Amino acid sequence: MAAQVELFLQTLISGFLLGGLYALIGLGMALIMGVMRIINLAHGDLMMVAMYVAYWLFTLFHIDPYLSVFVATPLLFFLGVGLQKFLINPVMKVESILPHNQVILTVGIGMILANLATVFFTSNYRSTPVSYASKAWYLTDFWKNAPIELSLSAPWSLSFLAAVIITVALWFFLTKTDTGKSIRATAQDIDAALLMGVNVGVMRAVTFGIGAALVGGAGCLFIPIYYLYPSLGKQFTNVGFVITVLGGMGSTEGAIIGGVILGIFESMTATYLGMGWAPVGRFLIFVAALVFLPGGVASILRKQRLGK
Amino acid sequence: MPPIILAVLCFLPLVGLSSYAMHILVLVIMWSIIGMGWNLLGGYCGQVSFGHAAFFGMGAYSSGLLYYHFGISGWWGLLVSIPVLTITSLVIGFICLRLRGAYFALATLALGEVLRVTAENLVKFTQGDLGILIKQRTWVEKTWYFYVILLLAAGSFLLVKKVMESKLGYYFVAIREDQDAANSLGINTTLYKTIALCLSGVLTGMAGAFYMNYMGYIDPTTVFPLYDISIVTVMVVMVGGVATYWGPVIGALIMVFLAEVIRSMPKIGAAHQTLFGILLIFIIIFLPNGIVGDFRKITGLFKPRGALK
Amino acid sequence: MSLLQIQHVSKRFGGLAALTDVSYSVEKGKILGLIGPNGAGKTTLFNVVNGFYPPTKGEVLFKEERISHLQPYQICKRGVGRTFQVVRPLQRMTVLDNVIASAFLRAKDKAGAERIALDALQFTGLYDDRSLVSKSLPLGKRKKLEIARALATQPEMLLLDESFAGLNPFEQNELIDIIRKVKAKGITIMIIEHHMKVIMSLSDQVVVLNYGEKIAEGTPKEIGNNPLVIEAYLGEAERA
Repeated sequence: MAAQVELFLQTLISGFLLGGLYALIGLGMALIMGVMRIINLAHGDLMMVAMYVAYWLFTLFHIDPYLSVFVATPLLFFLGVGLQKFLINPVMKVESILPHNQVILTVGIGMILANLATVFFTSNYRSTPVSYASKAWYLTDFWKNAPIELSLSAPWSLSFLAAVIITVALWFFLTKTDTGKSIRATAQDIDAALLMGVNVGVMRAVTFGIGAALVGGAGCLFIPIYYLYPSLGKQFTNVGFVITVLGGMGSTEGAIIGGVILGIFESMTATYLGMGWAPVGRFLIFVAALVFLPGGVASILRKQRLGK
Repeated sequence: MPPIILAVLCFLPLVGLSSYAMHILVLVIMWSIIGMGWNLLGGYCGQVSFGHAAFFGMGAYSSGLLYYHFGISGWWGLLVSIPVLTITSLVIGFICLRLRGAYFALATLALGEVLRVTAENLVKFTQGDLGILIKQRTWVEKTWYFYVILLLAAGSFLLVKKVMESKLGYYFVAIREDQDAANSLGINTTLYKTIALCLSGVLTGMAGAFYMNYMGYIDPTTVFPLYDISIVTVMVVMVGGVATYWGPVIGALIMVFLAEVIRSMPKIGAAHQTLFGILLIFIIIFLPNGIVGDFRKITGLFKPRGALK
Repeated sequence: MSLLQIQHVSKRFGGLAALTDVSYSVEKGKILGLIGPNGAGKTTLFNVVNGFYPPTKGEVLFKEERISHLQPYQICKRGVGRTFQVVRPLQRMTVLDNVIASAFLRAKDKAGAERIALDALQFTGLYDDRSLVSKSLPLGKRKKLEIARALATQPEMLLLDESFAGLNPFEQNELIDIIRKVKAKGITIMIIEHHMKVIMSLSDQVVVLNYGEKIAEGTPKEIGNNPLVIEAYLGEAERA
């Protein structure tokens, strides 16, 4: 019995920590979707780029991945702005039978990024073995007679903490700064924002940059606890849009909650059904959200606010 | 025009092409069918699917599983794939067709991946990653395979044409252009989207069943993959020309040739996806309606600029 | 005889009350004008009648039968046609094909659909433009195409949503003629409009909405003199 509880709680903890990181990925995508109404299928590949930056900084210059956040994040920001300005924006203006060109464009960008990484860095698995990689805190360290044993891995916890800090910083940015408010205005109502003098074009580029920066940060936080290879991007793009749908298109609070839910769900699936089924779990939750809760968690939050 | 092309193609194997050349032709024709199937749903009816590998794979496995579990010839798969794909399409349609635009695209993408992972994990049923191998190939020479796929392609082409010239075709386009307006004009959009999806699924599934018999081996990564089948399908039709009869054919021709040319250049070989990506971006920006769709844009480039001279 | 009956219809979106307890009837063969300031709920009412959303409360009856729970295509089959404020024809198709698409509702085959379509085009004065790609049509003709498409479904009742917006005086007069012809065919019409002169000259009956509520109903003359209506429009420049 104690073993069951222990397994469950451990799985819950792992899921929660994972969820924090997932939330960062989802936040980036939610912002992009909210402001630009496009699904960025290159999201995970942008994360991969940041991870390679962190990897090389660690391998060549011994810079800790957590410090690489400060390098990779601005780098990804500018990459994002560039992509938006020179590729995505022109496509928005093109007239075509199917309006999905932007989505397909991001597919193209993602393909190129992943392939270039393969060409330049080979598809060998990479990792950043930091000195504290296997350090962990144990429940029995604090509670000598605990009936169960729970462990909290150091890098996982650090990454989670960093993710929380970044999320809080983002919240401040969006609610307290002018640029942040302009972004939210553009997400809510483009025409109104235009009328208020918001430079929508700049906002779009900045938002894409921020979205890229967020997922780039997530990458740096992931590399100490994961391993890296060029086609890593795909699964994280999947994570991104599952969270976006689960949380509610374009909703940042929803993305955070959605991220945590997904993290816990995946952790549970991996423990109780087996690793192989985890991707299926992810997609089933995605389809279930699309079908049964199309507004995502955000719609539940909204209902509560309106007192229904 | 089509009868002439068909006649020429019929005589092609007699010219004495190499086995490799025949293989390329078979692939081109097979991809034309997949493209035509996708085009019906995506180009004409406006429901863009990013998960057509689901249909292809179901068709391939219909064939493969018949052989593996019952020992009968995989060719029965061509027939069996019709009801199997119809049911698959109805299920996928039930889940996804209530969604619009990009959400539909994502949902189909997700379902394609679900099927792939399911095929990988139901090892007792599908042999998982080991895949299914047909020990005795029906024919050694490619010639008869060529005729089979040519027949399927001709049939698909005619089917698409007939459908688009009928009430179905008008309804599909009305749904694509403005689903709400179509609804107000008396069109049961859910019903007709489902019909488009079923037709699309069956055509793609039959191509999958053919693939099982032609290649002799399939596994989940070969027939259910996101990039190599689902996304390539979208590219085939986008490059060739959405919502045109010949678009998928031209697109298949270009994509297969491009893939082979790139593969045979060892230096660039590893970067073939980069080149595909660049091509995709180029087409989206400059020829968003594909080569056939934006044909006038292309011919316009070659016309002399009278006034300036 | 009341062809369409709107009974105590309310529509809420979350916390927003778009329509509150609206009731009126449209007599068969008449033209009813629906007016009100922007945001009054006119298009929402059309969307409820048309089947795009069910009413939160209340019923809509067409030919004495409940239609409030039906899908738009089912309501169209019963005989209610509708045009949209923002016209979006099937852009890459010809004018004729556009109308054939909606004519298939009542036609047995393509030839029949084509006949119905050509009739509708003659009726709206678009016959000569039938081979043009609808993308290339100017606004006035696109509005006529909207109406032709709705007429091809052979409706008993037609809902027109701001068909006159953006038209020059010449086009307006043409449209007025078409609407009079539609009435002469026995088709009942409900029309949303901001052009006061148009509404007043065409309508047999007028209903005024403001903030989702019906504030007045009567003949054009009665409405023109109603102080509540005038007050509702104070601040809104009269669109001439």
